[in-house]
Amino acid sequence: MKNKKSSASQEAETRPSRCPDNSAFKQQKLPAWKPQLTIASVLSTFFLTGAFCLSVGVSLIVAANSVREIQVDYSDKCSNCSKLRENSSNWNSECLCSINFTLAEDMLGDVFMYYGLQNFYQNHRRYVLSRSDEQLLGRNVDVQNSYCAPFAAYKNGTPMAPCGAIANSMFNDTIDLFYNFNSSVIQVPLLKTGNSWWTDKNVKFRNPDSHNLSAAFAGTARPPYWHKPVYLLDEEDEKNNGYINDDFIIWMRVSAFATFKNLYRRISRKGQFTDGLPAGNYTFHISYNFPVTKFKGKKYVILSTMVWSGGSNPFLGIAYLVCGAAATLTGFIITAIHLKLRKKKTYFQRR
Amino acid sequence: FQYASNCIKTSKYNIVTFLPVNLFEQFQEVANTYFLFLLILQLIPQISSLSWFTTIVPLVLVLTITAVKDATDDYFRHKSDNQVNNRQSQVLRQEQWMNVRVGDIIKLENNQFVAADLLLLCSSEPHGLCYVETAELDGETNMKVRQATPVTSELADISTLARFDGEVICEPPNNKLDKFGGTLYWKENKYPLSNQNMLLRGCVLRNTEWCFGLVASCGGTRGCEAGAHVPSCPQIFGFLVCMGVILAIGNAIWEHEVGVCFQIYLPWDEGVHSAIFSGFLSFWSYIIILNTVVPISLYVSVEVIRLGHSYFINWDKKMYCAKRRTPAEARTTTLNEELGQVEYIFSDKTGTLTQNIMVFSKCSVNGHSYGEHGGCTGPEPVDFSFNPLADPGFQFWDPSLLEAVQLGDPHVHEFFRLLSLCHTVMSEEKSEGELYYKAQSPDEGALVTAARNFGFVFRSRTPKTITVHELGRAITYQLLAILDFNNIRKRMSVIVRSPEGKIRLYCKGADTILLERLHPSNQDLTNVTTDHLNEYAGEGLRTLVLACKDLEESYYEDWAERLRRASGAPEAREDRLARLYDEVEHNMTLLGATAIEDKLQQGVPETIAILTLANIKIWVLTGDKQETAVNIGYSCKMLTDDMTEVFVVTGHTVLEVREELRKAREKMMDGSRSMGNGFSYQEKLSSSKLTSVLEAIAGEYALVINGHSLAHALEADMEVEFLETACACKAVICCRVTPLQKAQVVELVKKYKKAVTLAIGDGANDVSMIKTAHIGVGISGQEGIQAVLASDYSFSQFKFLQRLLLVHGRWSYLRMCKFLCYFFYKNFAFTMVHFWFGFFCGFSAQTVYDQYFITLYNIVYTSLPVLAMGVFDQDVPEQRSMEYPKLYEPGQLNLLFNKREFFICIAQGIYTSVLMFFIPYGVFADATRDDGAQLADYQSFAVTVATSLVIVVSVQIGLDTGFWTAINHFFIWGSLAAYFAILFAMHSDGLFQMFPNQFRFVGNAQNTLAQPTVWLTIALTTVVCIMPVVAFRFLKLDLKPELSDTVRGGPSHPVPSYGLGGPLPLF
Repeated sequence: MKNKKSSASQEAETRPSRCPDNSAFKQQKLPAWKPQLTIASVLSTFFLTGAFCLSVGVSLIVAANSVREIQVDYSDKCSNCSKLRENSSNWNSECLCSINFTLAEDMLGDVFMYYGLQNFYQNHRRYVLSRSDEQLLGRNVDVQNSYCAPFAAYKNGTPMAPCGAIANSMFNDTIDLFYNFNSSVIQVPLLKTGNSWWTDKNVKFRNPDSHNLSAAFAGTARPPYWHKPVYLLDEEDEKNNGYINDDFIIWMRVSAFATFKNLYRRISRKGQFTDGLPAGNYTFHISYNFPVTKFKGKKYVILSTMVWSGGSNPFLGIAYLVCGAAATLTGFIITAIHLKLRKKKTYFQRR
Repeated sequence: FQYASNCIKTSKYNIVTFLPVNLFEQFQEVANTYFLFLLILQLIPQISSLSWFTTIVPLVLVLTITAVKDATDDYFRHKSDNQVNNRQSQVLRQEQWMNVRVGDIIKLENNQFVAADLLLLCSSEPHGLCYVETAELDGETNMKVRQATPVTSELADISTLARFDGEVICEPPNNKLDKFGGTLYWKENKYPLSNQNMLLRGCVLRNTEWCFGLVASCGGTRGCEAGAHVPSCPQIFGFLVCMGVILAIGNAIWEHEVGVCFQIYLPWDEGVHSAIFSGFLSFWSYIIILNTVVPISLYVSVEVIRLGHSYFINWDKKMYCAKRRTPAEARTTTLNEELGQVEYIFSDKTGTLTQNIMVFSKCSVNGHSYGEHGGCTGPEPVDFSFNPLADPGFQFWDPSLLEAVQLGDPHVHEFFRLLSLCHTVMSEEKSEGELYYKAQSPDEGALVTAARNFGFVFRSRTPKTITVHELGRAITYQLLAILDFNNIRKRMSVIVRSPEGKIRLYCKGADTILLERLHPSNQDLTNVTTDHLNEYAGEGLRTLVLACKDLEESYYEDWAERLRRASGAPEAREDRLARLYDEVEHNMTLLGATAIEDKLQQGVPETIAILTLANIKIWVLTGDKQETAVNIGYSCKMLTDDMTEVFVVTGHTVLEVREELRKAREKMMDGSRSMGNGFSYQEKLSSSKLTSVLEAIAGEYALVINGHSLAHALEADMEVEFLETACACKAVICCRVTPLQKAQVVELVKKYKKAVTLAIGDGANDVSMIKTAHIGVGISGQEGIQAVLASDYSFSQFKFLQRLLLVHGRWSYLRMCKFLCYFFYKNFAFTMVHFWFGFFCGFSAQTVYDQYFITLYNIVYTSLPVLAMGVFDQDVPEQRSMEYPKLYEPGQLNLLFNKREFFICIAQGIYTSVLMFFIPYGVFADATRDDGAQLADYQSFAVTVATSLVIVVSVQIGLDTGFWTAINHFFIWGSLAAYFAILFAMHSDGLFQMFPNQFRFVGNAQNTLAQPTVWLTIALTTVVCIMPVVAFRFLKLDLKPELSDTVRGGPSHPVPSYGLGGPLPLF
């Protein structure tokens, strides 16, 4: 101990104080890995990437091809209804519309029913902003101070619940599916809950606390385009009513692009539909409430099965195939260039 | 009239004013104001496309860091101010420095600091003399004499001083330390005042018991500050506005075509009645979103990197001089990367290339030259033991000179008598026989020391006498006059009266001047001595000629009287004095000549050779005479015998100089023509053609130009010609130049060549040049610290310059370029995604990412890896930079970050942003989760794009980083980890419960990132963004490798640095 101390102090004496430390950091001599692009590493990267992309691409395409999907555009087919809806004074009059279609093959497994909208700008900045998440969490907020305007409150001061342009424009068609089996018409059982994200249903959306829902929403009014107040969205199921209604939650999760589809119902696999939808003739019964012609939009109803990569989107598979092919090709090109160049070099060197 | 208070204040703030003043100063910076403007835009709800905190967080961060830095700086300034202000001084009453006022009379004691600029009234020494040291002002440690005006020097007691009621009219305080003009009005007489009568604030009184001074002016600082510059990128702002305009037009069209119909669901904002106005608003919204192409963090990061590089310079052990105990010092932090681009070095000679330790090595007395190394006598120095006062450090190798002294040769005696009398050296005798000399110039010190060892010991001086021990006998000479040295006269003389009563003038000075003033009868001796002088100069020695002259008593009386009148003259005093001096220093008798050796510093030839190989042109600007300069040029390998020709320009008139320059150019062209590049330009010898031809000169040339020729060459109509000629030469030596000319030469190169210039010097005469050049380097050496104070970098040996430039400069440049390239790339990739998204969201200025991601992207997720690269990256090991000086060339040509490279990084950024947007777009246009639930929502899209962006730019920095230290690893992996940690935290339930309106992305991370589709999208984006870069990089490396690529893994032994096409270490 003593020895150490004295040698240390000696060192301090002999070493001039202004001399920089001889540490690896200060002398920029830190040990370091100096990677370099070598032909071996580059080529192996390209070929491995190529192989990976090709195999992923193939499996994606195989998966996407196994998806059965049927899409029906009903904005034109129900032209009388769409005409009626163009005039907003008819908002209260009901309009029903039926669309027949045929399934050539069985749709096996879970079948999902979507509604699709085209040209509906859910991703517009002012639209995206126009909501109050605090209100949707069941808290008592002053919506006038939120971004909900102009769908925050009525002129008389009654706040809208829920407020904002998103809620106000909620998709409100009802679609039912009927299976025409041996001249009898069977309604396909549909599940209206369990369609939204768990976190949305259980964390992000809460009803205000009260002994019953209508009391909880007392003092508020429905948004102007709605037919019924928020506490009547699903009168049958307490857990699917108010802000925690699945259809509402799904609508409130705004889409990334102007053309999108949202999950509407799932086929309940019971009775004849245990394996999915059997081939045959079907009819959609649609209560047409949501006007789209005004903004040159279109409405669809879509039935689809699912695989591990989701629905029937072929884009990712094709992109992977192209990318894998390009990577492999580039690998060959690089090899060719490199070999040619190396020959040249040795030629020069010999001379 | 208000006089300044003596309280000096270098500090800028106090506690109360700090915040407002500092903020005001910070917002004067364009960048900060720009971000403040953005912030204000964001507060307008119709425009605000981003929350205000995306800008305010970085802005506050930057402002705080800067403010803390300013505050600490200011704290230290306060401390030093207080220390200075509280020094005590006696103002006929005890007072602190800061309370001293103009008009006070102050008493100073020995070793005290002078409190304010004082007019010296009287002192303890006879004739009102006193001695001061000016180290704090100009760094010179020798003592200087100051003398009170004769009228006041008798006011020796306090009571008469207290009644002193003179009036001083003088110039206001200024930065000229060596000039002062003023007049004292007292008792209806006026007396001229000069610098000789003034004690400037900051000097220290030495060797003087006390003195009284009248405060002439107070306060004022005499410092110099180095400027700093901040990079600005007008093109990027142009680009930003362009994007904004495109999107604004898009918005107007969209609102007109689509938005109008969509109004049932999304009515226009209040106050927006037309699509055009909506477009106008969206322009500003997009400016807010797109401003991240030049984020605030860029400015901070650049400063941090520069600071890091400066510390590496300060810390470098290989630039530490153990002998002087001085490490290298980067005094400014803003120029590091320019160190990697230097094309011209302007070097002083004395003290920079040489040690400035003067050794008396040879002399010529009465036509006999002494000082040759006797070949057979061996390396035995002359024994000076006969002389008890000899300086043991002095060595001389020729015993014949000592024999001549001891034999009593009168010429030799007179020679050394002159050396012991004619100088301005001060002596200090601490104990009997222990003499110390303090000389203004090392040359003088060397000469007086030589005289001392040969038995003519200068013992002490008073203002009127000089005492010399001549071979043991003490003789006191009466000092009648000192005719000072200056740059024009280039000589100094003393007039002394010997104890026998003879009046004699001793003079020493530059040969060119002095040889003209000799008596014509000396012709033979003059010729022999001239031969000796040429011989000495040929060896690179500094020469002086010594001469003397007897003066008649009557003549002297007459002359002294005229001198008195001239020095009292109110105007043109200097001229009249110069004429009088000129008159008396005439028809002198030649005594001999001295030759002083100024030894080259260690490693100078090697350094110059390496810097020349690095394609840096070195110009030596020296005050020495031509022969000396040329020889130093040879000895430090600037000039070599291999050179095709060394042109010497010595013309005295404009025409001569022009002719000489023209001839030099013609010769160079003849030379290159004979080298056979085969086209003739006989007929088109106009000067404009010359320019292009001279660029491609074959063969090595050098140019030596004289001071008076240079004066002509620097005139407006010839400077271009001169520059073209000089730049075609490998080496340029300008001799006999004044400090002003040094600066002019640097200015000339700066003006016409778009090249980075570096000036290096050690003395006060180099300050102008150091300040003029882009980069100034000061050698902390013998000649004080003035050059260091004016410089940007300082160290103590010239050889460190190669390390500063080739290692630190090169790395700084490389790192800064790589940093900037990557930084612009990552921000374009980040920002341009918004542009593409604009086409899909109705140009509504909706951001692609979460606002927190935008806030944190530049300050957390991607800042540290690129900083680590900017601080630590190395492409080749440091020893390779020295072995292959050609590695320096990319910096000079600015190959690593020019318009083209900038465009390439931006293009790469835009390419990345396209893929970053359109691949997820392709996927998300029709995506669902594997359980059928939503995936194509905006928030999932945002998380996917953000995640792939972070991964892509992290992979890219991994590719760009060539030197992975543990720190790089930590920062790169840490940034990725931080991204995911923060992402999940931001999307957690807890934060949402607290601020539901702020953290809307609740649950998004765990829902989105659980989907295989999302990860496949991210993987594809990464592959597609990175693979082309890898392919291009590799092909470039394979087909057109840079020297640094070749050197990187190559052998450690140096190969000729000209060949670029060496074998590639590929496998």
